[in-house]
Amino acid sequence: MHEPKVTGTLPTRHRPGARRVPDGRRLARALHPLAWWVWALALATAVSRTNNPLLLLLVLAVLGYVVTLRRTEAPWARGFVYYLYLALTVVAIRVVFRAVFATGTTPRDHFLFALPRLPTPDWYAGIQIGGPVSLEALLSAATDGLRLACMLCCIGAANTLANPKRALRVLPGALYELGVAVTVSISVAPQLVQSVQRVRRARRLRAGHGTGARALRGIVVPVLEDALERSLRLAAAMDSRGYGRAGSATRRSRRLTGALLLLGMCGLCAGAYGLLDATAPRLLGLPAMAAGALLCVAGLRLGGRRVTRTTYRPDPWRFPEWAVAGCGVLSAVLLFVSAGFDAAALNPSYYPLSWPTLPPVPTVAILLAGAAALLAPPPVAPERPARPVPPAPPGASARSGARPSVRPSARTSARPSDAVPARGAGEAETP
Amino acid sequence: MIAFDQVTVHYDDMAEPVLREVDLTVEEGELCLVVGHTGVGKSTLLGLVNGLVPHFTGGTLHGRVTVDGRDTADHPPRELADVVGVVGQDPLDGFVTDTVEEELAYSMEQLAIPPATMRKRVEETLDLLGLADLRHRALYELSGGQQQRVAIGSVLTAHPRVLVLDEPTSALDPAAAEEVLAAVTRLVHDLGVTVLVAEHRLERVVQYADRVLHLPGGGRVEPGAPAEVFRTSAIAPPVVELGRLADWSPLPLSIRDARRAAAGLRSRLAPAPPPVRSRPAPRSADTAGAEGAVEDAAKAPASPVLLTARGVTVSYRGVAAVREVGLTLRAGEVTALMGRNGSGKSSLLWALQGSGPRRSGSVRARRVGGSGGGDPRELSAAAARRLVGLVPQTPTDLLYLESVRQELAQADAESAAAGPTARELLDRLAPGIDGATHPRDLSEGQKLALVLAVQLAAAPGVVLLDEPTRGLDYQAKSRLVRIVDELAGEGRAVLISTHDVEFVARAADRVAVMAEGEIVAEGPTADVIVASPVFAPQVAKVLAPLPYLTVGQVAAVLTGDGGRV
Repeated sequence: MHEPKVTGTLPTRHRPGARRVPDGRRLARALHPLAWWVWALALATAVSRTNNPLLLLLVLAVLGYVVTLRRTEAPWARGFVYYLYLALTVVAIRVVFRAVFATGTTPRDHFLFALPRLPTPDWYAGIQIGGPVSLEALLSAATDGLRLACMLCCIGAANTLANPKRALRVLPGALYELGVAVTVSISVAPQLVQSVQRVRRARRLRAGHGTGARALRGIVVPVLEDALERSLRLAAAMDSRGYGRAGSATRRSRRLTGALLLLGMCGLCAGAYGLLDATAPRLLGLPAMAAGALLCVAGLRLGGRRVTRTTYRPDPWRFPEWAVAGCGVLSAVLLFVSAGFDAAALNPSYYPLSWPTLPPVPTVAILLAGAAALLAPPPVAPERPARPVPPAPPGASARSGARPSVRPSARTSARPSDAVPARGAGEAETP
Repeated sequence: MIAFDQVTVHYDDMAEPVLREVDLTVEEGELCLVVGHTGVGKSTLLGLVNGLVPHFTGGTLHGRVTVDGRDTADHPPRELADVVGVVGQDPLDGFVTDTVEEELAYSMEQLAIPPATMRKRVEETLDLLGLADLRHRALYELSGGQQQRVAIGSVLTAHPRVLVLDEPTSALDPAAAEEVLAAVTRLVHDLGVTVLVAEHRLERVVQYADRVLHLPGGGRVEPGAPAEVFRTSAIAPPVVELGRLADWSPLPLSIRDARRAAAGLRSRLAPAPPPVRSRPAPRSADTAGAEGAVEDAAKAPASPVLLTARGVTVSYRGVAAVREVGLTLRAGEVTALMGRNGSGKSSLLWALQGSGPRRSGSVRARRVGGSGGGDPRELSAAAARRLVGLVPQTPTDLLYLESVRQELAQADAESAAAGPTARELLDRLAPGIDGATHPRDLSEGQKLALVLAVQLAAAPGVVLLDEPTRGLDYQAKSRLVRIVDELAGEGRAVLISTHDVEFVARAADRVAVMAEGEIVAEGPTADVIVASPVFAPQVAKVLAPLPYLTVGQVAAVLTGDGGRV
């Protein structure tokens, strides 16, 4: 094909005002996945500072609100409810364990019931199993569990709001292979499920009775062979399409990259521990974090040089991204600061038992994080074929979908300037 | 563009080299058709072009292969990605991303093409292949033809000078295959891309080819003009076989040329009714050229019905895949089930066998002797299998042991039926398969024969085959025609779902065409497939309005007369 120089460059100017269309509704587009991750991780960090059940429940409410308002219809966006189940399980396990391994009850506690006590051998005297269970112990276990559950839900929200594959594309060049491995396994998993269904159905054709190891073999062998052949073909296809083209890496620079990354990760871990655990020495926190981050960035820059590739339609980072990430970080900072002033309200004690209060500053901070729901642009509406696609019949491959009808609204011309319909608003602002 | 210089390829586990001292030059802008039986090295030849052989497959390469001046020995496939684009048999296997647009951009991202250029090329390619309306759609929900077009587009965006297509239409229905081949020819004509294509169903591509690379076996490659190569090659599409039979010169490669040459043949054949394929009992044997016209066959005493289906409906989550289908299968009759991808053929077969879901309707199968029978769905799996045997689309789903011998022994143990053992059946279907071979090492045709033998060990009266022609070459297809004939000759009822019109013309007595889960046409083969321009076999198109379907029929009449046109 003849290749003229592209003159109409892609608009990259940042004009928040232009994001509003005349009827006052904002153009739908996907927020940069990194923005959601920063927001969610900041909120998770904020959560780590408080033990107040009211604040924790408020965080859950905020997460639920943002997820409901800003998630898409894509398959990965339907997972938030499973994170909620997981959170409930965490709380339940925490409470049950506290009840069984009851330690540290004082005579002034409110006793609820007593579990039969198991005698433990002498060398195991530190832990007692069973015995009396108090309300205070259960409540503190529940709030502890709730805090962990909140953090889990933060991660879940990020996974629900940001397309995982697009999020992986943000990875720096040095981690590119890792990103691809994850991407491929994400796409192989549903095929594996399909393959298992197909083989299970086929087994009846051979009247493959028998149970146990024999039956399992009849399913596992064909499925694994199928998966292996498929991955080999995928690997060949990726190779012939230029995946992993050599950049300018030498053996030495690769080793240096590895060492830098490893040291950097150690620094980050130590820093995170220092920051999150209030009892850790002050020096361990920010300095270690900063040094680790610096080493990591150096390693990634160095490693990134060996991969030469570009990104098609990269997600833009504009005002909404700054706003969403910013309000997450701001709420974390507010909670950290207020922990110094109002420690009792953030971490209420159950001894003696009292109703926790709702401290004003942290409440405002968490509500601020909830503003992300309004600051982020609305998600892109899903594109559907004209009639529902029937699932693959047994034995047939997934291509048996309905033929789609033409969507007249999506007709585009080949000129880059007006090629993008409304959904690609991030890239094509009208001048 | 592509130059092979004394190329020999030797895989470590094989005694003989796959290709031996091949010298070959492919010029810029040529469309080269690679022709040969399974296992003669077609895929190796194609793999050499972008270095997948030997970089990815292993083996030893002697000699030099240069593409656009680059030696493939020094350049692995990824370094040739900007020159050679490869499209495989099953597009789903090669997809790395989720949506059409991202898939089109993937190669360019790897080649570090600037974002603005990428953006423009994606738009161009969307238009070139007519994919603009599908740009944001998920890849897995596209139809087969659309997926294959995306696969072609995804390598085109890198602006390769060479396009290598390894059986690009083998999984597609006739209409979708046309769609893909039309796209390919357009690329050759509009962009001057050099194309190397291997294809089993030659009848679709032969007329577009500038040159044919014929692999006769023994590691040799014989390049030549299509009309010359096909005069002698072992494999040829029906239109060429007809041309050879009638001794037309120059050899016609397209229906249009053949029709112009066939005026004499048509007038020669017009007086005699076309012969019906002869088949042993239970049907009364009609001799070729005698009074065995189609009408007479219909008047022959009806053979016993082995399977009756009434109002069969299959639905998946509220979407009907099969809608109130009625079907009757008689002993000694071969029925072909046609229709585009996703029209419900597979679902119907599975419902008839009783292993698949069935929402409503009834199926009744009888034993060959007439004693016993019932609804296969309500019987145990073992009993259903003795009534109706099904070979699924992916036959290997049924195989899980280490050797052919173990599989056959297991089949005998599962069946416990009096009659020939699975080994005897296999030797009849495909003689000479070593019992120690691993089932995965068999060719497609042999795998099919093995699974068929496993299913026949239970001696079912009704045999259902789901797309058995997929991936078979001409030889294997002829063998399958013979097998199907024998099954029918033994008094079984056979139902085959397939896209292959030429196969149907040779093998089937009746044809049922499905669309949107309903049977839209049903009747004797000659009536159904000649009536439709898409489904008509090449011989029927050439000789229309005479009701001939296969070269064999024409040959029978001509040799019966002892003369040529």
